[in-house]
Amino acid sequence: MARIRRFLPHLVLGAGAFIVVLPFYWMFLTSIRSPAEIFDVSLWPIPKQFDMAQNYGRAASQVPMLRFMLNGLIVCLGILIVQVATAVPAAYALAKLNFPGRKLLLTLVIAALCVPIQALALPLFVGLAKLDLLNTYFAMMAPFFLSVFAIFLFHQSFRSYPDEIIEAARMDGFSEMEICWSLVLRGSLPSLAAFSVFSVVAHWNDLYWPMIVVTDINLAPPPLGMLFFSDVESGANYGALMAGAALITAPMIVCFLLARRHFIAGITMTGVK
Amino acid sequence: MTLAMDLGPVSASAAAKGRSKIERRMMWRALLFVAPAVLLLAAIYIIPVLVLAGFSLTDYQLGALSTRFIAFENFVQAFNDPVFLRSLTNTVIYAVIVIPLGVFLALGLALLVYNRKRSRAFWEAAYFLPVTATLVAMATVWQFLLHPSIGPVNAAIKWLGFEPVAFLSNPTLLIPTMAMIGVWQILGFNTVLFLAGLTAIPKDLYEAARLDGARHPFDRFFTVTWPMLGPTTLFVVVTTSISAFKVFETVAVLTKGRFGSETLLFDLYLEGFEYSNTGYAAALTLIFLVIILVLSIGQTLHLDRKVHY
Amino acid sequence: MQQSVELAGIGKGFGAFDVLKNIDLSVRPGEFLSLVGMSGCGKSTLLRIIAGLERPDRGSVAIGGSDVTELDPSARNLAMVFQSYALYPHMSVRQNIATPLRMRRLSLAGRLPLVGALAASAEVLHDIDKSVEQAAETLQISHLLDRKPAQLSGGQRQRVALARALVRSPAAFLMDEPLSNLDAKLRAHMRNELAALHCRLGATFIYVTHDQIEAMTMSDRIALMNEGQIEQLGTPSQLYEHPATLTVARFIGTPSINLVPVEVLSNGSVSLFGHVLGLAAGGHDAGPATLGVRAEHISIGSEGLPLRVLRTETHGADRFVHAHLLADETLRVTLRLTAGEPLAADTADVIQVSFPPERAHLFGRDGVRLAALPTDRVAA
Repeated sequence: MARIRRFLPHLVLGAGAFIVVLPFYWMFLTSIRSPAEIFDVSLWPIPKQFDMAQNYGRAASQVPMLRFMLNGLIVCLGILIVQVATAVPAAYALAKLNFPGRKLLLTLVIAALCVPIQALALPLFVGLAKLDLLNTYFAMMAPFFLSVFAIFLFHQSFRSYPDEIIEAARMDGFSEMEICWSLVLRGSLPSLAAFSVFSVVAHWNDLYWPMIVVTDINLAPPPLGMLFFSDVESGANYGALMAGAALITAPMIVCFLLARRHFIAGITMTGVK
Repeated sequence: MTLAMDLGPVSASAAAKGRSKIERRMMWRALLFVAPAVLLLAAIYIIPVLVLAGFSLTDYQLGALSTRFIAFENFVQAFNDPVFLRSLTNTVIYAVIVIPLGVFLALGLALLVYNRKRSRAFWEAAYFLPVTATLVAMATVWQFLLHPSIGPVNAAIKWLGFEPVAFLSNPTLLIPTMAMIGVWQILGFNTVLFLAGLTAIPKDLYEAARLDGARHPFDRFFTVTWPMLGPTTLFVVVTTSISAFKVFETVAVLTKGRFGSETLLFDLYLEGFEYSNTGYAAALTLIFLVIILVLSIGQTLHLDRKVHY
Repeated sequence: MQQSVELAGIGKGFGAFDVLKNIDLSVRPGEFLSLVGMSGCGKSTLLRIIAGLERPDRGSVAIGGSDVTELDPSARNLAMVFQSYALYPHMSVRQNIATPLRMRRLSLAGRLPLVGALAASAEVLHDIDKSVEQAAETLQISHLLDRKPAQLSGGQRQRVALARALVRSPAAFLMDEPLSNLDAKLRAHMRNELAALHCRLGATFIYVTHDQIEAMTMSDRIALMNEGQIEQLGTPSQLYEHPATLTVARFIGTPSINLVPVEVLSNGSVSLFGHVLGLAAGGHDAGPATLGVRAEHISIGSEGLPLRVLRTETHGADRFVHAHLLADETLRVTLRLTAGEPLAADTADVIQVSFPPERAHLFGRDGVRLAALPTDRVAA
């Protein structure tokens, strides 16, 4: 009885984890099996016939899978760089400098936190269409150039940086830019790391906005590419489809498994902070 | 040196002038620092919201030659539009399934995981996996898993001696099926939030409760754990409901809105970007925005200052 | 309300480290017993073992004569006041104090949130309410009953924690450094209140502290702990006047006891830098030893041990003279001047001091007290 009680939590957690992890396992298993084994529902990990090369090859040839990944990388990095470049000085000024309208700006930032991109998509789309910028990397990145969340997060973090050090640095002849980027930000590296993870994961996985501004398959980021691909295959070749899905999810999953702590902190910091 | 000389004179007006000069210089520097953010804030948030509100009062269609001001007609139309009302109902049903399951299963998991000292990291990682994975790709995998003839889920159902279930073609099952995938995706996220909440509860309180006679785990849960998790629970409920109202990817992959399975965001997408009914879609967007804003109030309160007793 | 607590052969280790080594301790009914020692001496672990919050590796705990070693803390009928007070932050003061009674007197259904009120009998609820108000009155917090802990000061929280402990007449009160979060003035005040409360209730108190003043002022008996063992168990004056070991002598008393190295000669006489003191130890204790004398037992005279004055310190009624031995500058000595006694010496002057040999404590190399009798009243 006591033994059952000790193992019961593990049993429950194990059963739950089995369901949670099953899709990943099934995705990978199908991606290395031959299409002939599609009707075989066994979970046995070793397929009768390895068709890994064929499935992944098909996924990469049917649609430009590697191109999708490259697009994803360009978009994610572009967004992240501009977000950090605009948010860090703004957060520094909000936290440590005095200027008219500071309170108003902070209020606007907090208000903007509540507005999801889906609510702004329509006017932004119309604007980009009028400027003839649809189907460009710029269109995919532009709405995310300002992260109010980053401003908010860095503001919280910068506020705790000691004023004395900033004053001492000013007397030592540091410029305000140097103080902001090489002193204050240095003290908030965990926040920067967490925000980077948050931003990259969110934009790698985003479907809604690319689906609106991109129709050119060569510009599609991974989720949109996946959607194209599953339309092309339309259930005909599950091996290749799963290989494509595996390719698209792999970068985030590998990064997650390598830097588990940072990922969990980055993605959930909205709640913990 | 000039600074010291500026401040040096006993004359009060000179000192004030010196200070304000420095102050003004600092002010300009600060404004320079916030300028990019302010411009982007205007371009991405403020102007679009105003434009959106303007659109919603017109019959504007992207590419149309003429546009009329039609006041609140779009909103009247929305509440008479069976597709929109259906998408609203679908989203509410989806949320009603995802919120309690996503919150309470996560709470249960967090309580179980919290007491595992050595295996905690492992369980955390396993349940968090779907949070990082690209939902579009995983929805494709689910489509395969739930396939009526070649999916392992139905194979298991058949093996147990039941009739196979048409998860993705029976209209009444579509929303619940997508809700289950939604729960699968958000569970790890909520679990980690609850784990953080549990870690913040002082051990002393549990010990005091035991000495106060709370012998049953049930007593300790209701005396300490549950009330102390109050703020966390509120926050988890809010974030879960916001993401429930934003459900889009699963619909886009699994049904594309077939069999009356549109959700709020999917309907909005169709009206705004497929049919180019910009004015009407703007009205729908405003309704969507109001729902999200109402749900966000709790979240912002939590972010702004931690809720505590 | 008055129960004995008996510990027999208690041992506890964390990993390879033994926190408690074979502790035997018997707390009498109605006694105020303090467990004192440096941090890490095992006193808190011992208290937690009594409470049932930790399980001992060896030994047994008995309360009121019955073995409770295997019982859950909730079944031991003990009350504990935590260092952090551990008040439930979401409950009002009234609810906090009522919790131990609700847990014991209400059924599982009656304890449920919200619906519980329907299942509980009105009579029991009324009873609980009355007990809560009584406890609040005892601690003078009746006016705070409807506040939340966050709205209270440190001293008020302390009282709420005490009220929660005494509301159900436990077999014994356990207190884990309850005053350490208060400021110095309030701490002195609460010491008096706790001592008065103990008198009024006549209950068994087991009190853990690292502050020897708290232990000395409130306790009936003190158990001084060091490295997982009880060094000495006795009344405050026994510990002060007859410290059993060097550790006890060092720990108890303000200012700290004066300690100087001495040599016990083979004939049993005690020598301090060549001066033979008027003490006779056993000849078999020959070898290096430590001599301890308290500040108030040293007097300045025309002959005796020469000291150089470093500085004098006035505490109002008392004045202390800090000096060092002329023979060795590193050996500091503190002596007390009684009220009105003039000091005919300035800083850097040399004075001569002596002490009654029966007031001197002699400790062997292992730190254990050596038997020593005064030969006559001549010192140094």
